[in-house]
Amino acid sequence: MALNQFLILSAFLFCTGVYGVLARRNGVLVLMSVELMLNAVNINLVAFSAFVRDVGGQIFALFVITIAAAEVGVGLAIVLLIYRNLDSPDLDRVDQLKG
Amino acid sequence: MIAQNIAFWIIAVVMAAAAVRVVTSRNLVHAALFLITVLIGASAQFIILLAEFVGVTQFFLYVGAVAVLFLFGIIVTRAPMQPADYDNDQRWPALAVSLLLLGVLVALLIDAFGHQEIELSDDLLAIGRSDAVGNSLFRTFVVPFEVVSMLLLAALIGAVAIARRD
Amino acid sequence: MLRNAWLIPLLPALSFVAILLVGKRLPRRGAELGVGAVGASFVLACVAAWQWIDRVEGATGKSEGLRAFGKGVLGGEGGEGGEHAEVAVAPVTRGFTWWQNGNVEFNVGIAIDGLTVMMLFVVTLVSFLVHVYSTSYMEGDRRFTHFYALLSLFTASMLLLVVADNTIQLLVGWELVGLCSFVLIGHWWEEKPNADAAVKAFLTTRVGDVGLMIGIIVLFFAAGTFDIQAINAQAVEGEIGHTLLVVASACLLGGIIGKSGQFPLHTWLPDAMAGPTPVSALIHAATMVVAGVYLGARLYPVFFEGFSIDGGTINVMALIGGTTIIIGAALAFVQNDIKKVLAYSTISQLGYMVMGLGVGAWVAAVFHLFTHAFFKALLFLGAGSVSHSGSHHSFDMKADMGGLRKFMPVTFWTFMIGSLALAGIIPFAGFWSKDEILATAGQNEFTFFLVVGLVGAFMTAAYMTRCVYLTFFGEYRGHGEPHESPRAITVPLIVLAGFSVLAGLVNASALEIEKFKEWVEPTVAFPALEHPEFELAGAALALAVALLGILVSYAYWFRNLGPHGITARNPLARAGYTFLENKYYLDALYENVIVGSIKGAIARASYWTNQRVIDGAVNGVATGAAQVGRFAYDVLDQKAVDGAVNGLAVSTGQTGGLLRYVQSGRVQRYALMLFASVALLSLALFVFSN
Repeated sequence: MALNQFLILSAFLFCTGVYGVLARRNGVLVLMSVELMLNAVNINLVAFSAFVRDVGGQIFALFVITIAAAEVGVGLAIVLLIYRNLDSPDLDRVDQLKG
Repeated sequence: MIAQNIAFWIIAVVMAAAAVRVVTSRNLVHAALFLITVLIGASAQFIILLAEFVGVTQFFLYVGAVAVLFLFGIIVTRAPMQPADYDNDQRWPALAVSLLLLGVLVALLIDAFGHQEIELSDDLLAIGRSDAVGNSLFRTFVVPFEVVSMLLLAALIGAVAIARRD
Repeated sequence: MLRNAWLIPLLPALSFVAILLVGKRLPRRGAELGVGAVGASFVLACVAAWQWIDRVEGATGKSEGLRAFGKGVLGGEGGEGGEHAEVAVAPVTRGFTWWQNGNVEFNVGIAIDGLTVMMLFVVTLVSFLVHVYSTSYMEGDRRFTHFYALLSLFTASMLLLVVADNTIQLLVGWELVGLCSFVLIGHWWEEKPNADAAVKAFLTTRVGDVGLMIGIIVLFFAAGTFDIQAINAQAVEGEIGHTLLVVASACLLGGIIGKSGQFPLHTWLPDAMAGPTPVSALIHAATMVVAGVYLGARLYPVFFEGFSIDGGTINVMALIGGTTIIIGAALAFVQNDIKKVLAYSTISQLGYMVMGLGVGAWVAAVFHLFTHAFFKALLFLGAGSVSHSGSHHSFDMKADMGGLRKFMPVTFWTFMIGSLALAGIIPFAGFWSKDEILATAGQNEFTFFLVVGLVGAFMTAAYMTRCVYLTFFGEYRGHGEPHESPRAITVPLIVLAGFSVLAGLVNASALEIEKFKEWVEPTVAFPALEHPEFELAGAALALAVALLGILVSYAYWFRNLGPHGITARNPLARAGYTFLENKYYLDALYENVIVGSIKGAIARASYWTNQRVIDGAVNGVATGAAQVGRFAYDVLDQKAVDGAVNGLAVSTGQTGGLLRYVQSGRVQRYALMLFASVALLSLALFVFSN
C-alpha cells in the first residue's frame, strides 16, 4: 500500500479539523475539531511506524491518545466554566481581551 | 493487498465524509456521532496497518471514554437539541485557510513520499503486537509513561478545580 | 559495616514510618522510637567511622610492606619523608541499578569515604542529641508525635544525601531535607509568621535548587554519568572541557548559595528561626545548611577545575563566601533575638566554609564544618534551654533575659564554651578549624580573603560577647522565675560542650596532629592540594584578632565604655544601623521588587499592552494626528491645508480601525491568522525549496 494514501487521509482530516476550530462557535464543537486534528496526527504516526518498521510511532500514538483524553477533560471543564459565566458556550462572546 | 486497499478506501471515504459532517453539522449530537464514526474509522485504519494494540486502545479510549465525555459536555452546556447555526462570522476565511493548508500539505506529501510503499507483512504484525508495544512502553519509554501518568493526574485535578462551583 | 552503611539512613526512615503508624499510641508518644532508631544509627556510624579509620591506617601501614590491601589500594606514591606514604584508599561502594531508560542507568548506591563517614558521625550524633533534648523541650506540644516523625524523616534524608554515590540520589536527599525543613519551620503554622517563614525558606532555597538541577544535568551531559566518583575522576583528569566545568560549577554554586544561606539568598535562614529551637539546632545549624558545603566538598574537583582555584586569583566561590562572612557578622550585631544572632552567625560561619573551599582549603573547610556543627548546635540548644527555663519562651535578649548566669549555671558554662569555640579562642574547636582556613588562604596567596577572614573573626568574637552579655550578665529583665533546665536538656549540652572543646584536637596542626586530614581527605579522584605548615605568627594573629574583638565588645558592654548612644546622635551611624536593621533591604528587594513585579505584573502588563500600547497606539495615532491637524488648522492657512489634514486624520483613524480588527480578543481570530501564516509560510518554503 502507498504510504501517501494514509498521509493524505491524515492531511484531509487535519485540515477539516482546522476549519472546525476556526469556524465553529460552540466550544464543544471546537473541542471535537481538535480531536479530529489529534486523530489525523495519530494516523500519521502509525503509518510512519509501519513504514520505518519501528514501534516508536505507535508508542507516540498511545501517548497522543492519553494526552487527548486529558485535553478533553480540561477543555470541557473550561467550556463548562464559560457556559456558567456567560450563560452560553459561544466562544464569540469570550472577547474580553479585545483592544 | 487488494483487499486491504479496498477496505482502506471504503473506510477513508466514510471517514472523510463524517469528518466534513462533524464540522458542518447543525446539530450538536449529530456532530458527536459523526466524530465517533471518524474515530472508529481511525481505529480500523490502525488495524489495517497491523497496529492492533493502538487500534484497540483507540477504540476503547476514544469511542468509549472521550465520546461519552463529549455527550456529557453537550448535556451540561444545555445545548438545544434542534438544529442551530453554529458557525461564526469567519467561516469563509477559515475555509480558505484550511483549503490552502490542505493543498500545501498534499503537494508536499506527493513531492516527498510519492513512491513510498508500506509493506504489510508478518514482521510488521510482530511490531504492533501487544507484547512488543508493552515491552517498549515499559522499558524504553518508562519515564515518558510515568510523566504522562502525572500529567493525567494533573489534568484530572485541574478539570475538577476549574469546573467546581464555589 | 562500611558496605552495609545503607542501614544508617534506613533506620530513621523506618522509625519515621513506625512513628506515623503507631507513635500516638506509645507511652512516650513516639519519642522512644525516634531516639532509639537514631541512637542505633549513631552506633552504626561510629562503627563505620572506626572501620574506615582502620582501613586508612591499615593501607598506610601495609603499603610499605608492598602488600596490597584488598582492592582499596590502587597504588601508593612515595610521600615526603617516607613516613606518611600517600596511599590511595578508594571509597567503599555498593549499589544497584534502580531503573534504566534507553542507555542511561540510574543507580542507587552508597559510596563511603572519609568525608561521608565524618558527615555520618556528625549528623547522627547531633540528631541523636537533638532527639533526646526534644523529649523535654517539646513536651506537651500539640503535635509532638508529628514532630518526632519529621525529625526522623529529616535525619534519614540527610543521611541519604550523605551516603549517595550519584548526583540523582544526592538531589533526592537534598530536596527531602528541604521539605522536612519546610514542614518543621512551620511546625507552629497556626501563627502566620511561622507559616510565612516556612514558605520563604522553601521558595528561597528552591531558587538555588534550580541551579543545582541544571548543574547536575550539565555534569551528566559532560561526563556521561551521574556517578560522583566518575565525574570527579573525569574532572581531575581534564576529560571534561573547561567551559562545561565553569558552567556546571557556577550552577552548582547556585545550589550551595540557596541551601547554605550564602549571600544573596541568605535571607531565609534568620526567618527559619520561627521553627522550634531543636529544629534550628539540627537543621539550620549543624546539618541541612551544611549540605551545600558538603556538595561543594563532594564535587570539589568540579569546582576546583571550574573556578581555577589553584590560580590564586579571586574566584566567585571565595568571593561569595567572603561577602557572606562580613554581611552575616554585621547583621548579628543588631539582632535582639538570640536565635537570630546565632542564625546570622551560622550564615557567617558557612561563609567561612564556602570561602575555604574557594581558596583551596578543602580540609580546613570540611574541618570547620565538623567543629562548627558541634558548637553551633550547642549554642542553639543553649539558647533553647534559656528560653525554655529562663525567659518564659521568649528569645528576646533585651526584653526577657539578662543575669541568667546565676540561675542556669550548666547552660551558662556550656554556652560560654560554645561562644569561645565560635569566637576562635585556643584551645576550643573553632580556633583550630578557623585558623586552618586562614592559614591555607594565606599560603595560597589569597591575601584579600585572609584579611576578610580576620575581620570576620574580629566581628564574630565581638557579637558573641554582646550576645553572652545580654543573655547571662547584668540584671534579670524577664518576668518569670528562671531555673536550670531538666536533665534531658542539660546532658546534650554537656556532651556537645565536650565535643566543642575536644573536636579541634583531631587536626591541631600546632601539635602536629593531622589525623583529620589523613582520615577524611579523599585520595582517589581528587586534585592535589597543598597543606599549610603551621605558622605561629598567623595563628597568633588570628587569636589576637579574636581576643581584640572580645576586648572591644567587653569594654563596650561590660565596662560601658565607647560611643554609647551614637546611633541616636550621629545621623551617619543611625543610617548604618537602620540599614543593618533592615537587613540591607534585601527582603524588601525580593518581596516588593522581584516577587511583586512578577506576581500579577504579567497579567497587568498584558492588560496594559492591550489597553495602552495597542489601543493607545491606535487611538493615540488618531488623536495625535487630529491634534496635529488642529495645530495645522490654527497655525497654517486654514482653508488650503484643511482638506489634507482632515484626510490624514481620517486615514490614520482607519488604519487604527484595521489594527483594532486584528486585536479582536477572540481566540479563533488569532487562530485563523496563525493557521493562515503557517499555510503561507509552508507554501513559501515549498515553492522556494523546489
